[in-house]
Amino acid sequence: MKMSWDVERIRKDFPILHEEVHGKPLVYLDNAATSQKPHVVIETLVDYYSKQNSNVHRGLHQLSERATEAYEGARTRIQRFLNAAHSREILFVRGTTEGINLVAQTYGRRAVGARDEVVITALEHHSNIVPWQMLCEEKQGRLRVVPINDAGEVDLEAYEALLGERTRLVAIAHVSNALGTILPVQRMIEAAHRRDIPVLVDGAQAVPHLRVDVQALDCDFYTFSGHKTYGPTGIGVLYGKTALLEQMPPFHGGGDMIKSVSFEKTVYNDLPYKFEAGTPHVAGAVGLGAALGYMEELGLERIAAYEHELLAYATARLSSLPGVRLIGTAREKAAVLSFVVEGVHAHDVGTILDLEGIAVRAGHHCAMPVMTRFDIAATTRASLALYNTREEIDLLARGLGKVREVFH
Amino acid sequence: MSDLRELYQQVILDHNWKPRNFRKLTSPTQRAEGYNPLCGDRVTVEVALEDEVIRDIGFQGSGCAISKASASMMTAALKGQTVSEAEKTFERFRAMLTGSESNGEGAARLDKLAVFAGVREFPSRIKCATLPWHTIHAALAGKTEPVTTE
Repeated sequence: MKMSWDVERIRKDFPILHEEVHGKPLVYLDNAATSQKPHVVIETLVDYYSKQNSNVHRGLHQLSERATEAYEGARTRIQRFLNAAHSREILFVRGTTEGINLVAQTYGRRAVGARDEVVITALEHHSNIVPWQMLCEEKQGRLRVVPINDAGEVDLEAYEALLGERTRLVAIAHVSNALGTILPVQRMIEAAHRRDIPVLVDGAQAVPHLRVDVQALDCDFYTFSGHKTYGPTGIGVLYGKTALLEQMPPFHGGGDMIKSVSFEKTVYNDLPYKFEAGTPHVAGAVGLGAALGYMEELGLERIAAYEHELLAYATARLSSLPGVRLIGTAREKAAVLSFVVEGVHAHDVGTILDLEGIAVRAGHHCAMPVMTRFDIAATTRASLALYNTREEIDLLARGLGKVREVFH
Repeated sequence: MSDLRELYQQVILDHNWKPRNFRKLTSPTQRAEGYNPLCGDRVTVEVALEDEVIRDIGFQGSGCAISKASASMMTAALKGQTVSEAEKTFERFRAMLTGSESNGEGAARLDKLAVFAGVREFPSRIKCATLPWHTIHAALAGKTEPVTTE
């Protein structure tokens, strides 16, 4: 596997990786925040605006047909990427946050009433906490939180015990952004379905690293962001099962989501357009299609295998450094190394690494309850992508040596 | 390494390790809390005022080296100052970091606090240094709402 993965050639696909920062070559280890974009995505955007740009689903003219074809082509590509049963189950949204809010505000507002419950885990990103809190507050419902253990793994027994008569929805991350834990979503979905509870999976941190098959998972909703998966910002996907999407009221009202409008009555459009009011981010959708195509060309299994090996190397490397403690040591992990340096605040670590050209994230990673669980204010997080190298991990280790030099 | 030493001067590292006045006061007359939601730095500043003079001052909380050293050096600098002197020092300190003052004179009058001038080159860290100052400003003004940097 190692032999066939030519990381140096892959790095040539990403122009930004050749930038310098503070006079040093960029070492980009903040991929869980956003990933960098390959040429093919950047060129697809240029090409779209140079040769295809028009509004979709309305023009009779040639350009509109080209734009519509490109947009719907991207939808079909994403359908295949996720192995969804129908392209109408693929809704374009701005990102994971909007995908979750869409479900909370449409499905959630119908399904959750007073004393009803929504179950999440203690690992969630704020975007899979706050929309449910808002919903529960409005409906006098209750948010229930599955605890995690010291390794950062979900307590499955506690999870099953929380599923009850009043549970209306389960909303869980596929991969934790703060700790890298891969959640046993398949088992969690099965357990919820035994009680006829639908499950939403936040796949923002999973799609860049793992093959996702929504039919095999049998999840009811799955959502992810384009920009974390080598695509443009401002575009994401919400997958939903047809039967659920059909029952749900629209999220936003406006153009494109209607069949007919009069002041007396509006007839909503069919799926997926019912949920895509207004002119969509056509270029973003086309760019996302190109990004997923790029990943498929490299091979999703090969990406996962390479990253897995790199994570193992990085874990061993960082664990051997004095004063460095990894936070999140789940058996099943993807691409994330969250750590604390004894006696040094994460922001000081981040600044010192930045001066070495190394980009990491320092802070609570939009997962403040996770920080509280581990009784820390913040961590430094290095997050990997398919273009990172062992040499970059060595530079990170050397940078952490500098941190010690300054603070000891 | 030169930029690094510019930011993390020895005196800053020293105050980070051994913060001065890192304690709760027995009878504070003013108290305020500061919070930086971006990084989670928290600081509580307590002051015992007597005839408009800061007789005692202490802080507690958690944060990065810059915010902790800034709080520590702030308490050392302001003890014994009158409220209006403290406000002037705050203005000078802020001006040094945010660049609204050309240079030189203000920073010179800041004495030891001038070690924070290097923070100016690190825009993402300026709020770390100013958080304790915004907090004491609120405490002296008798504000009870927690101060945030955002």
